[in-house]
Amino acid sequence: MIRLEKRPTPSRLWTALTPLVAVLATVIAGGLMFAALGKDPVEAIRTIFYDPLFNEQFASYSRPQLLVKAGPLILIAIGLSLGFKAGIWNIGAEGQYIMGAICGGGVGLALYPSESPLIFPLMVLAGALGGWAWAMIPAILKTKFNTNEILVSLLLVYVAEQLLASVSLGLLRSPDGGGFPGSRNFQHWDAAANVELFPGTGMHWGVVAAFIAVIGAYVLLARHMLGYQIRLTGAAPRAARFSGVNPTRLIVTCLGLSGALAGLAGMFEVSGPAGQLSIDFGSNYGFTAIIVAFLGRLHPVGILLAGLLMALTYIGGELAQFMLGLPAAAIQAFQGMLLFFLLAVDVLTNFRIRLIKSEVA
Amino acid sequence: MSFEPAQTPLLLLEGLTKAYPGVVANDQVGFSIAPGEIHALLGENGAGKSTLVKTIYGLVKPDAGRMELHGEAYMPAKPSEARRRGVAMVFQHFSLFEALDVAENIALGMEDPPPRRDLSERIRSVSEEYGLPLDPSRRVGDLSVGERQRVEIIRCLLQNPKLLIMDEPTSVLTPQEVDMLFTTLRTLSAEGTAILYISHKLDEIRSLCDAATVLRHGKVVGDCIPRETSARAMAELMVGATLQTPARAAGTRGEVLLEARGLSLPSERQFGTALKSIQMQVRSGEILGIGGVAGNGQDELLDVLSGESRAPAGTLFFEGQDIAALGPRQRRAMGLLTAPEERLGHAAAPDMSLVENAMLTGDPRMSLVRNGMLDWPKTREFAKKIIADFDVRTPGSHVAARALSGGNLQKFVIGREVLQNPRALVVNQPTWGVDAAAAAAIRQALLDLAEQGTALIVISQDLEEILEIADNFAALNEGRLTEPRPAAGLSLEEIGLMMGGAHDMDTAHHAEA
Repeated sequence: MIRLEKRPTPSRLWTALTPLVAVLATVIAGGLMFAALGKDPVEAIRTIFYDPLFNEQFASYSRPQLLVKAGPLILIAIGLSLGFKAGIWNIGAEGQYIMGAICGGGVGLALYPSESPLIFPLMVLAGALGGWAWAMIPAILKTKFNTNEILVSLLLVYVAEQLLASVSLGLLRSPDGGGFPGSRNFQHWDAAANVELFPGTGMHWGVVAAFIAVIGAYVLLARHMLGYQIRLTGAAPRAARFSGVNPTRLIVTCLGLSGALAGLAGMFEVSGPAGQLSIDFGSNYGFTAIIVAFLGRLHPVGILLAGLLMALTYIGGELAQFMLGLPAAAIQAFQGMLLFFLLAVDVLTNFRIRLIKSEVA
Repeated sequence: MSFEPAQTPLLLLEGLTKAYPGVVANDQVGFSIAPGEIHALLGENGAGKSTLVKTIYGLVKPDAGRMELHGEAYMPAKPSEARRRGVAMVFQHFSLFEALDVAENIALGMEDPPPRRDLSERIRSVSEEYGLPLDPSRRVGDLSVGERQRVEIIRCLLQNPKLLIMDEPTSVLTPQEVDMLFTTLRTLSAEGTAILYISHKLDEIRSLCDAATVLRHGKVVGDCIPRETSARAMAELMVGATLQTPARAAGTRGEVLLEARGLSLPSERQFGTALKSIQMQVRSGEILGIGGVAGNGQDELLDVLSGESRAPAGTLFFEGQDIAALGPRQRRAMGLLTAPEERLGHAAAPDMSLVENAMLTGDPRMSLVRNGMLDWPKTREFAKKIIADFDVRTPGSHVAARALSGGNLQKFVIGREVLQNPRALVVNQPTWGVDAAAAAAIRQALLDLAEQGTALIVISQDLEEILEIADNFAALNEGRLTEPRPAAGLSLEEIGLMMGGAHDMDTAHHAEA
């Protein structure tokens, strides 16, 4: 019989090891799935994990993509992890991401075609505010009426998507676009463009912001009172109240921070890699970031690594789709396995497995 | 000298050894219990009492040693097996569902519950037989702690146990309830049911138990017949050192530091107790002891004093200033500190280290935070000072709070507040689950604080403790606080009446006086 025994203190070894074990298990289970689909599993795994970085033919295109995709994931996941640590569940980062793009992009477009150097900083500010404001809706509803922030933030994603479609077709549609949906392209407007900082690396301001967020979150959690209060609330809510943490203020702060970071990610995306606001601008970064946050164990450095890994499976997954003809659903299942195995292996951090021989009394 | 049963012992333990990483919880433990014997198990915290009874109850598998029940080999792999063999246990912490009624709770613990009507009938007959009045259809949430304990006891008695293990059963009872419980236990004993009784209240053990085994550091260090041994001698056997009785110099009373004026507050919790016009004054250098059966508003009173729940304006004053609207941090900064009863999850965060737990209340007064940034080195120093000054036994300050034994964590929690040099300190159950030597040290620390001019409120269910250190005594009953009376000269009977809620009598008594 197998029994789980609670460890007196969480194992440090397993805290570090579980992501690796989860990745390994995903590779094995994913390989089996690919084999069942009639593909060579070794080749499929290689196409996903190895080719995007090192294949001579594709790497020059896909390597910069790594940062382009990882940037928003990390930025959003860092914000989410702060709330998650405190038991505040913002599931609607996708909506805040879209609202950040709409507000950031909208403020920029309102000033078109000015070439003032203040335009881009203004857009950054508006993007953050847009995401923040969208996250304030579940925050206020939760603190005033005790609604469930999971539900409210999630449903607001669909509202944001409708707003996005509306402005892409109406308010912010490019007058020079020949009637096609979608805003002006920011990449064609220097003052508002989120440019690639070093050619061929994929590094743009959003990636810079993501790195700053990683460092900031690390310092916040390790050294700052707010970080301590977040951890305390997550670890023992009643002890947190006894300590003097104001739950209302913490909910507002955490949701606000995660909303603002998601809004920033959206704004950097629309003015950079995406280029324009369009109906299909939303790309599920906000949802994938939830996986990234947990895969990174809600730890800033872990999130940095998990974001890069997740981005790799995205790029590699696309590559596998057109190289090997793997269905998109198989790639999504593969990514899902990663979270599934992580949560499963996670048990080992707090529990140890004991094998018990069944005895006859 | 020791109690030697003529017949086969009911339970025989031999060479029981159980080691955990870093500590040997039980080391070659052996003793025997005769049928119908009330046998006390004594020992400090961490002496290995819990491990031992868990072994007997099938929750822990020993590394070595053997047990015999009725002369047959006995090594239960799980509690259900122990129960089948006639061993039952009443835990210190009850496992009852408040929203269900008594019969439903009892049915939940049974492997094959009889139909409800039969079960209620059996509950009623057992409760009458053993003098444990209990209505099977009452909701557990509405029961007092003493009544809840009866549910647990009856749950055990329904299995007709041959051995009943009781872990600190009287820590939550009024003196009258203790008397009732003892009557029940003596009846059981007379019928041949043996009882293994764990308690740190030596006087109780002396009046109830036939024999006692003393554990220290996992080993049996002695046995005695409690009736023929003084409480002090037993305590010294337990600790392995001479005990010091807390002493205090007659301190001078200063100005009123903490005052509640008609403080009423509905409870935020389900099955909580609303506070009803609490009226009290605590002066500098005074210790106000608040007794009462658990669940009569102790937690709520502590919460409202700590600032976790907010009192209505104009009902709570510290040094003459209305503090009703202030939060816990502001109150701490002023010098009003508190230590709640529930150590894990309330006074301390279980999964955080002792250093992080030192930060939990330490920062406003010890200035552990500067411009929002935490000063970890200074906090570590503070945690180490608590560990050293209060003899907290832990491998280090980096250890998670939940890894500490209850008594050691209690020392840490009390030490954390005492070392902050409070102007006023409110503690709930300061020595709960702490061994005799540490309890004496904690009481001494509280007395020392009072001597230095701190105003103290000690909420406790241990009446001896209150009478030992308090200047004034008041009782909480259903959220009402009786008028404080000088502790000196109060008889246990008077206290029992105060705790039982004889308010009118009490006030009448005062009006006459």
